[in-house]
Amino acid sequence: MSLITTLARLEAADSGHARPGATVLHRHLSGRPLVFVPLTTAGEAGAPLGALAGTDRAAPRLLVVPQPRDRELRSAFLAELAEVLLPYLDGYADAVETEERRETDPESGRKVTVQAELCADAPQLLVPSGAGVAFVQLLGRSMRFRRTAEQDPEAPRPAPPGVPLLGRWLTHYGERARVPGSSLLLPMTGLLTRHWTTGQSGAEDQHLGALLGWIDPPAGLTGAEAALRAELERDEDGLLVCPPAGPATDPAFDNRRLAPAMARYDRARAAAAHAEEAGHTGRRLDAAWQDVTAAGEEVRALVESQLRPVWDAVWRGVDLLRALPPGAHVAERWKRDRWSYTSHRDRVRAGEPPQPKRDDAVTAAQKLATRETAQARLDAQEALDDPLVMAERRLAGEAFAGEVTAVEPAVSDGPRPMPRPLVTVVTDDLPHLAEGTVVHRVLPDGRSQPGQCVARGPEGVTVRLTGGMGRGKVPAEGSVPEPGDHICWTLFEHAPRGGPELPDPERTPWTHGGPPVLDDGTGSAAPPAPAPRPVVLDTGPDPTTPEDFL
Amino acid sequence: MTGAPSSTSPIPPVPPVPPASAVPPAPHTAAPGAATSGTATSGTAAPGAPGPRGPGDPAAPPPPPRAFDPGAEAARATAAILHDTLHGPHRGVVVDSPPGAGKSTLVVRAARELAAAGHRLMVVAQTNAQVDDLVDRLATADPELPVGRLHSSDPSPYDPVLDGHPSVRKSAKIAELAESAVVLSTAAKWAHVRNTEPWPHAIVDEAYQMRSDALLAVAGLFERALFVGDPGQLDPFAVVGAEQWAGLSYDPSASAVSTLLAHHPDLPQHRLPVSWRLPASAAPLVSEAFYPYTPFRSGTGPGDRRLSFTAPADGSPVDRVLDEAAAAGWGLLELPARHTPRTDPEAVAALALVVRRLLDRGGVTADERQEGAPLTARRIAVGTAHRDQAAAVREALAALGVEGVAVDTANRLQGREFDVTVVLHPLSGRPDATAFHLETGRLCVLASRHRHACVVVCRAGVTELLDGHPSTEPVQLGVTVKFPDGWEANHAVLTHLGRHRVTWEV
Repeated sequence: MSLITTLARLEAADSGHARPGATVLHRHLSGRPLVFVPLTTAGEAGAPLGALAGTDRAAPRLLVVPQPRDRELRSAFLAELAEVLLPYLDGYADAVETEERRETDPESGRKVTVQAELCADAPQLLVPSGAGVAFVQLLGRSMRFRRTAEQDPEAPRPAPPGVPLLGRWLTHYGERARVPGSSLLLPMTGLLTRHWTTGQSGAEDQHLGALLGWIDPPAGLTGAEAALRAELERDEDGLLVCPPAGPATDPAFDNRRLAPAMARYDRARAAAAHAEEAGHTGRRLDAAWQDVTAAGEEVRALVESQLRPVWDAVWRGVDLLRALPPGAHVAERWKRDRWSYTSHRDRVRAGEPPQPKRDDAVTAAQKLATRETAQARLDAQEALDDPLVMAERRLAGEAFAGEVTAVEPAVSDGPRPMPRPLVTVVTDDLPHLAEGTVVHRVLPDGRSQPGQCVARGPEGVTVRLTGGMGRGKVPAEGSVPEPGDHICWTLFEHAPRGGPELPDPERTPWTHGGPPVLDDGTGSAAPPAPAPRPVVLDTGPDPTTPEDFL
Repeated sequence: MTGAPSSTSPIPPVPPVPPASAVPPAPHTAAPGAATSGTATSGTAAPGAPGPRGPGDPAAPPPPPRAFDPGAEAARATAAILHDTLHGPHRGVVVDSPPGAGKSTLVVRAARELAAAGHRLMVVAQTNAQVDDLVDRLATADPELPVGRLHSSDPSPYDPVLDGHPSVRKSAKIAELAESAVVLSTAAKWAHVRNTEPWPHAIVDEAYQMRSDALLAVAGLFERALFVGDPGQLDPFAVVGAEQWAGLSYDPSASAVSTLLAHHPDLPQHRLPVSWRLPASAAPLVSEAFYPYTPFRSGTGPGDRRLSFTAPADGSPVDRVLDEAAAAGWGLLELPARHTPRTDPEAVAALALVVRRLLDRGGVTADERQEGAPLTARRIAVGTAHRDQAAAVREALAALGVEGVAVDTANRLQGREFDVTVVLHPLSGRPDATAFHLETGRLCVLASRHRHACVVVCRAGVTELLDGHPSTEPVQLGVTVKFPDGWEANHAVLTHLGRHRVTWEV
């Protein structure tokens, strides 16, 4: 935790209200996000209990599994979820613009400029919390390898149409969410903690209700009081007034309300099945099925009672965030998200197989490199977009700001002397500078200018400008600051470069096990390779070990 | 694989010794020479071995059994490594090297022998400073050998000292170095080399500090390689979460060696058995605390290295801890327990004062190379865990008029060597013990940079802090658990330092 965050937390705890953690919005917020609030069954993470989903805050679509342990009902839930989400995810696929892009030509190996389609906008999923993101990843993993009747007519239990495709999209969104600064799939708690600092711990900030309490308490309460109330307040039946943001549910709700209602539903279904078996017809059978519907409606109403407050809380968060002006670099990062969306759209359209169960060595290394570059870029851009974030970097000795007191013209050695003026800045900051340290600043036209620290003394820090002044003998206009200007140098690069190109997966070197052999049984994939080792399934019980007797 | 070296090799014939890999390290074997074990190896003390210091001094380390001749032992290990590299059937050879065990010497030697055998060789190191150092050593050792230094296109991309070697060719383009028998560069630069014939041989230096994904980017450039590194130093790290790949054999955030060995468990793995840097007072502790299953010894015996002062002590705690460190090789200056910010002003002041007094009292070192060399600022280093701490110490030293002392973090002191080090304990003044501060490698680097003595400055209460914060890192399936963990190693070091404690009176 940085010094300035510690200070903000102390101030928030002291005043009882959250402190701003940013002055601008650092993530893209779609004009029409799809909010997805899922719940799971206690004790069975893979069994969804219900969800609210939709783009209209007044009319969410409610999906409920009245008996989550019934796999048919679970499957129906996933089919319905695909009906809700896929049109939204597909809805951005056709509005495109063209972009020039440098690509390696597969034949000549040279870099060539090509015209590529880029989706003009992309769908954005919002979930309440980090656990919601993990649930989206889990859903993606559990759905993308399912086969529909169309894909595999022999399948004994074919997946409903749309389910494998939704699984691929959710996997893509779940993976993209791991890229720092990306905005395709965002948790509301993460968004709020990025932009506000509360007086509670980071773990407590995972509670969406408490977090909103700190940021925007109801009239007459301090943030701290509102947060405590959100965590603890229960109604006369002992149920939490502010239910957890999921996907886990409140145990009191499970025990006192949900379990009895599900038991009634099970009994009604058993009775209806019995009636059918017994050959009842007409009104008697109809009545039995009406009981089932009624019991199911009861469960639906209960699940909705837990989901609706969270749904409203997420939208309240959206309102709070929309009040912030967007950061200058957010659109650039969103464009990368649009590229990500477009490329996955293309993979789906090209009929490529679902993402493999595990990344191969090259893909894993590529993802890690991409994310590390994205992290460095995000850190730099947030600081440049937001003086409060820059203050944090300045306090950490990674940047310094001050007034220019002297500008001394100078030129470089060498056959073609170039301008290399010396700029002295007086600053109260304490940057970790040494002679020769490379520093960067933003020019008025938005480009980045490098410099090199040459001296540091009581009269200030002297930096030799080493670029960004054009090719002439005289520096381009506006590229050299003037005495009295207020400028900010950073010790970090503004546009960090990515890593080197990695070999193609089929050229994975011997140190990393050679080319990948199989692609998780999806049939298609990987280039010809030696046959995989046969997997011997040991179906017997685990062998007994000394640990069993500890 | 244990046959005699071929006649083309200038290595003196050695008796057929099983390489180190043939003897798997026995877990739970105490380090020879460690406090509890005086008989780990058989044999009698070598004649002429200096005896222990005064028997009445409780701080004196027990005499290490001089059962072996360090020079001969090291030569045997080197011969086995070179044999496997030049004539072994394996595509890779791994060498584990404890601190100061002559890793660079080994790399230079192996490079020369491979070149002499007519093999084109590429050398991969991790930083430009490491590459420049290797080039300098290689060109000094063999001025005739055509050496290529592949460098970046940044301004001043290499150490100007290389310009003094006529045999060293420097270029940013690999095509211009085609004539060089040996080409050296950083892993980052090698990763951009394309469309070349693969090198038949490579040496990868500091392989334990190289990340698996960095090896992936360069491994296509060579057919076989010698991987050299120190497993006890800081592991490579990623600035974003990489848990997603934990347990995969090619986890991109793991070290290059762990990926290599996961795919090729049968590769010969050697280790260098002698630390030439660490004095007899330090090797047993470092070996026991950080390398419990692969013990090593110091190349010098007790009393071979001596640190003394020309000016007498003034009775202050700083002078007393200096005297303790001069006598015992270790000194702990313990400040009163307190939770402090990272740049604890009192601890920083104490560090600066220790360095100031070290210089003021006219330290003189004597060792196997030289009698009576003055201890200058260049031979002293201050080590910290964080960069802001280093910056604060630098400022405090400047205020006391001290110049030329290296002050840096463990990450940046890796691979460097000094006569005396002054260390701010990573856990000093902290309210918690995080994985970062507990990392074994961090403490190991800080405690193994010195040839004579190490003074640790620390707030009291770290033992209790450790007991309050057992390791809580999640156990990942498929990930080899590293022993010892930082918690264990910290306790071992603190217990030892406790015997050399001087309390800072307020």
